[in-house]
Amino acid sequence: MRKHLNVIIAYTIMLGLIVLVGIFQSWNVALSIFNMCLISAVMTMGANIQWGYAGLINFGLMGYAALGGLAAVLISVDPVQEAWVAGGFNILMCLWLIVVMVFAVRFVLKNFEKSKIRTYGIAAIIIAGIVIIRITSEPSIEAIESVNPATTGFLGGLGLPIVFSWIVGAFFAAGLAFIVGKVALGLRADYLAIATLLISEIVIAIIKHEDWLTRGVKNVIGLDRPVPYEVELQTKEWFINLVAKFNSGKLDLMTSIADKQATLNQLVIEGSSVFVKLCYSGLFLIVVVVLLIITQKALYSPWGRMMRAIRDNEEAANAMGKNVVKQHLLIFILGSAIVGIAGAMLVTQDGLFTPGSYRPMRYTFLIWVMVIVGGSGNNFGAILGGFAVWFLWIEAAPIAFFLINLFTAGLADTHAFKIHLIESVPYFRYLMMGMGLLLIMRYRPKGILPEKIEIK
Amino acid sequence: MDFLNAIILLLNYIFVPALTYGSQLALGAIFVTLIYGILRFANFATGDMMAFGTMVTILITWYFQSIGISLGVLPTALLAIPFAIIFMIGYMLFIDKFVFRYYRVNKSPPVQLAMVSIGVMFVTQAVVRIIIGPSDRRFFDGERFIIKAGEVKEMTGLNEGLAIKSSQVMTIFITLVLVSILFWFLNKTKTGKSMRAYSDNEDLALLSGIDPKRVVMITWIIAGILATIGGALYGLDKSFKPFTYFNNMLPIFAAAIVGGIGNPFGAFLGGYVIAFSEIFLTYAYKKFFMYVLPASMEPESLVQLLSTDYKFAVSFSILVIVLLYRPNGIFKGKVL
Repeated sequence: MRKHLNVIIAYTIMLGLIVLVGIFQSWNVALSIFNMCLISAVMTMGANIQWGYAGLINFGLMGYAALGGLAAVLISVDPVQEAWVAGGFNILMCLWLIVVMVFAVRFVLKNFEKSKIRTYGIAAIIIAGIVIIRITSEPSIEAIESVNPATTGFLGGLGLPIVFSWIVGAFFAAGLAFIVGKVALGLRADYLAIATLLISEIVIAIIKHEDWLTRGVKNVIGLDRPVPYEVELQTKEWFINLVAKFNSGKLDLMTSIADKQATLNQLVIEGSSVFVKLCYSGLFLIVVVVLLIITQKALYSPWGRMMRAIRDNEEAANAMGKNVVKQHLLIFILGSAIVGIAGAMLVTQDGLFTPGSYRPMRYTFLIWVMVIVGGSGNNFGAILGGFAVWFLWIEAAPIAFFLINLFTAGLADTHAFKIHLIESVPYFRYLMMGMGLLLIMRYRPKGILPEKIEIK
Repeated sequence: MDFLNAIILLLNYIFVPALTYGSQLALGAIFVTLIYGILRFANFATGDMMAFGTMVTILITWYFQSIGISLGVLPTALLAIPFAIIFMIGYMLFIDKFVFRYYRVNKSPPVQLAMVSIGVMFVTQAVVRIIIGPSDRRFFDGERFIIKAGEVKEMTGLNEGLAIKSSQVMTIFITLVLVSILFWFLNKTKTGKSMRAYSDNEDLALLSGIDPKRVVMITWIIAGILATIGGALYGLDKSFKPFTYFNNMLPIFAAAIVGGIGNPFGAFLGGYVIAFSEIFLTYAYKKFFMYVLPASMEPESLVQLLSTDYKFAVSFSILVIVLLYRPNGIFKGKVL
């Protein structure tokens, strides 16, 4: 118990802060912060597996999150029949061609000795493949994109429940991580960071501009939900009764029936959105808890010890017969898959997929701030980092507003300087993140909850 | 005649813009590479430091404009740049003293310094946006064009006009001058040589009596000059928007690595490699072929290798290929 005291205190404070938001702002805001905190926590767990367990820097988190989001679209949207008729066959042919191309390259790699000719041959295969694919796909892509472009203009998805996409998103991200890992994992730490960052930018560019697959910057809206809709809830008998029961004390005080009805209606509307958010919280909590149990078990298993050994001294681990390259690739894939789950969860919660919103600031660097602040190598720390940093990210504007008013109290409200400062309130969150990161790196480089190695 | 038209077309749409863009990237890439070579970390705050320098330039330009100082046909910003550089050097030394020095003295691993630079990136970005706001700003004044498309058409009687903006000529000219001075400094002066020695082998350099504090200080001073001029030239040529500057960090990194990181000359050329390949691969050659080929062979499609949407992706793909085949860059840099 005493050993875990700091963890318990940190989490109590964090939850207390969210409850305070619930009391002073509204439960709606508090729950939406809580849900985003949970999603951030999943992302930080993914990054923490790579960085904390194995010391791999992955600045491509954004790309994996976007692929997870893409999975949500491809799983949940109903297929667009006309588009499939218009160009589906050609697209499938192109997929087939890509598979053939990959196997041709593999064949050349396996059966010929390394030489200049082989390199040129592979380049020739890839270039020829790309040209053929472009020629075959171009008319069908145009056909697909011209099918009702205002509402569809893409192939659509499979029409399955969106929760499946959490698993599929993990597989998508894992697939990308496999390719990236094969290409980039041999690089030294900071090059790996740059290479993964740039590769994730390529992924985003593709998602943004291949309209036949993702609708690109036209966005996909109105995705199915795994939880009930507010409007439907408001008409359900049992839900109204539930709200009435919860607020019976308040309602009993009122004497006139009309007053009572009006208040109840208001409460039902508020209650429905809180209820929906609670449903999401439940789903997300399940994911977080399951992942936490698995990652904790892994951390203290022989495999976890091996990963830490590799992280702390690669040569020694290598000399002990551990396959460092293979383990790095494995952990890179596992961590990225978890980020993919988080990406799918995020799109599920928002109900929309906006490729334009994937920016490195929000989806890579902010997550990294969370990992570092929370405590790398410690899963509880990473989750706490996700909570604390996201909380600060959202509440930074009110805090900044308060501070500005405090410090410029002597100035008139019409003073140009004060107006300018108040207009730039949204950017103080960057300042807080940066200062927070710098202070933590300087004075508590292991994070709020540092890594603890327990030998049981 | 058609052949001349084709050449002018390429000059106008590929060569001049690519040379300008390449120069802007090159200055940033040398900045990255110097920090990497001497201070030994990847500086993720590059783009935002350039934005900061540009912001200072803009503020000083506005001040000059308000008191009526101008350079006539040249933009007032040129007059503001030296003052901005002084300010920027102060900023760089301030950051080094209060942020980076601690980790350097403690001999922290490069990764930790890169993380710290992300903290600096956040703070710098916030400061820039709080002071000048996130919107697009143009601060170019003076004569916009040196050669106008219409005049060229009239003079030569060709179908294609050649337009050269004064900001483009300025960018290329200033970059070449600055880079020549820098290479002269690095290769010929004693201080420059000591910097190269320090970058090559820190312990040996210390043994030969090179003062590390001085080397680091001079590196930050050069970095301040490069960041301000590079940023201001980009802002003069296009426009100043903090978010674009942050994004520019990525092709700049690509240029530095393609050229071989830690190698200033490689970074210089890397900037042009990235710029030219981006523009070459995304330009639609239809008009070019219409001039060159006989009428019967005219292409129907745009003859564009990649859509312009993939402009950034091109430079990153080049980087990935280079990393795969020549991990220390086209021009040998530090071994990874």
